[in-house]
Amino acid sequence: MPNKTIGAFTIEVDDEGFMLDHTQWNRDIATAIAQQEGIATLTDRHLLVVDFMRKEFIEKGTGPSIRRLTKESGVETKELYALFPGGPAKKAAKIAGIKKPAGCI
Amino acid sequence: MKQLVILGAGTAGTMMAQHLAQHLDPQDWRLLLVDRDDEHHYQPGYIFTPFGLYDRADIIKPRRQFVPRGAELVLGEIEAVEPAQNRVRLQDGRTLPYDFLVIASGCSIAPQQTEGLAGAGWRKNIFDFYTLDGSLALRDALAKFQGGRLVINITEMPIKCPVAPLEFAFLADTFFLQRGIRHKVEIIYATPLPGAFTKPRAAKELGDLLARKNIKVEAEFAIGRVEGDKNQIVSWDERAIPFDLLVSIPTNMGAAFVERSGLGDELNFIPTDKHTLRSKKHENIFVLGDATDLPSSKAGSVAHFQAEILTENLLAAIAGRPLEATFDGHANCFVETGGGKALLIDFNYDVEPLPGVFPLPGLGPMHLLRETRLNHWGKLMFKWIYWNMLLKARPLPFIPVHMSMAGKQV
Ligand SMILES: Cc1cc2nc3c(=O)[nH]c(=O)nc-3n(C[C@H](O)[C@H](O)[C@H](O)COP(=O)(O)OP(=O)(O)OC[C@H]3O[C@@H](n4cnc5c(N)ncnc54)[C@H](O)[C@@H]3O)c2cc1C
Repeated sequence: MPNKTIGAFTIEVDDEGFMLDHTQWNRDIATAIAQQEGIATLTDRHLLVVDFMRKEFIEKGTGPSIRRLTKESGVETKELYALFPGGPAKKAAKIAGIKKPAGCI
Repeated sequence: MKQLVILGAGTAGTMMAQHLAQHLDPQDWRLLLVDRDDEHHYQPGYIFTPFGLYDRADIIKPRRQFVPRGAELVLGEIEAVEPAQNRVRLQDGRTLPYDFLVIASGCSIAPQQTEGLAGAGWRKNIFDFYTLDGSLALRDALAKFQGGRLVINITEMPIKCPVAPLEFAFLADTFFLQRGIRHKVEIIYATPLPGAFTKPRAAKELGDLLARKNIKVEAEFAIGRVEGDKNQIVSWDERAIPFDLLVSIPTNMGAAFVERSGLGDELNFIPTDKHTLRSKKHENIFVLGDATDLPSSKAGSVAHFQAEILTENLLAAIAGRPLEATFDGHANCFVETGGGKALLIDFNYDVEPLPGVFPLPGLGPMHLLRETRLNHWGKLMFKWIYWNMLLKARPLPFIPVHMSMAGKQV
């Protein structure tokens, strides 16, 4: 698997740039990934979503669906798409350092 | 006399009753298996009913036929579990005290979770195939369908048998080809996931399957609502997909009594230790099958492997020993790809579906992650295996509880 250098950090990522080991993650890495994804700064609202995604992933082994994300994190869907343009489930997962949303096959 | 109560006499609960009846001494233990009715459904058959390949008689058998000697079937609607009192309350007022509780109450569809889905079009031009009634209603609609846009939509993950929607798309393609109207039907597969195949090896081996069958994929489509008046589904980011016939896989949720008992997450799935299968909250409650919140697939084969692990751990817990058996997330599923062929996939928590042969290295005879006729026969055989081996908790020949790397190409 490729390694990637982000700022001062070297992290393991898959072919699409999703982190393979969420324990390597920290806020600075998140900021750096976000910038590569075209999000200049991570606001408190971004971080609310990112933290929720991480909590779900660590508890359950998978990230939440969009419906659950909005219901549980308190961030409305419209805002969610504004925060993470072009697909919050995937983009927020990448920034949160967790696996890409996936099925079994 | 001690009492062990199993909630749900579906795939997982029935197998647990079979295992435990072999191990618990009837002098000391009463074993109760609770369900609301006496109809056991072979749910994997729901994929075939819409195309007229299976009928009711293939799908339903009485539950009591699979209740082993030494266990009693209790018929009644479960109202709630009261963990503090170690008892289960039924709707009719009966209470069932327990020393140990096994929850195997599965999950079912909840179309009302999506705006407009359970509206006027439900079972008119909007169908599910995750229930027997739904799949039979869909059969009638498909028989009359003369052409137009067929949209298959997964509302959100997790769903049971996550490959079933894809199988449905493939079987629909074959169905319309056979009826000679495939050129008049557009098939669209709308999924919240990044693609139809999301695991790298499966995507590599099978990536062109949908294009070859002219099935269009709408990826990362997270449905926000159904607009019944316009016959379209609309995503949260306002992408609209019009349909003539919508086949929806609605949100899947655990049983309502789980919520009433304060045992579940927001989808009523029960937080469960992914290796021991013990409830994370209560020492004497164990969970298996579709009712758990585990990242393993919700499938009958998974419940079968879990049942073996859980039997060991329950017996350990009863004897006051540490729980040593660990579940690895093993799943083994045939996936229909249409045209009389199927795939076979074998994977676990850590290993994605890989190509190779199964179950015997070098010999097969099944091929993993490849379309073959033999795999299709395997899928058809699965009905017999389900009724005659799985539900009776007999070990499956050559298929170990823990996934094996033998025969797989890494
Ligand atoms: C379309 C489709 C295709 C599938 N294909 C496959 C396949 O090819 N291979 C495979 O391995 N798996 C397949 N599956 C999945 C498989 O059927 C399930 O994973 C399996 O049945 C799960 O078993 P379970 O015991 O956890 O749940 P279930 O078998 O659903 O049993 C749960 C039981 O709990 C009872 N219950 C719930 N609430 C209450 C209550 N309040 N009171 C009383 N009783 C209650 C229900 O009546 C039910 O009998 C498929 C499923 C579907 C829907």
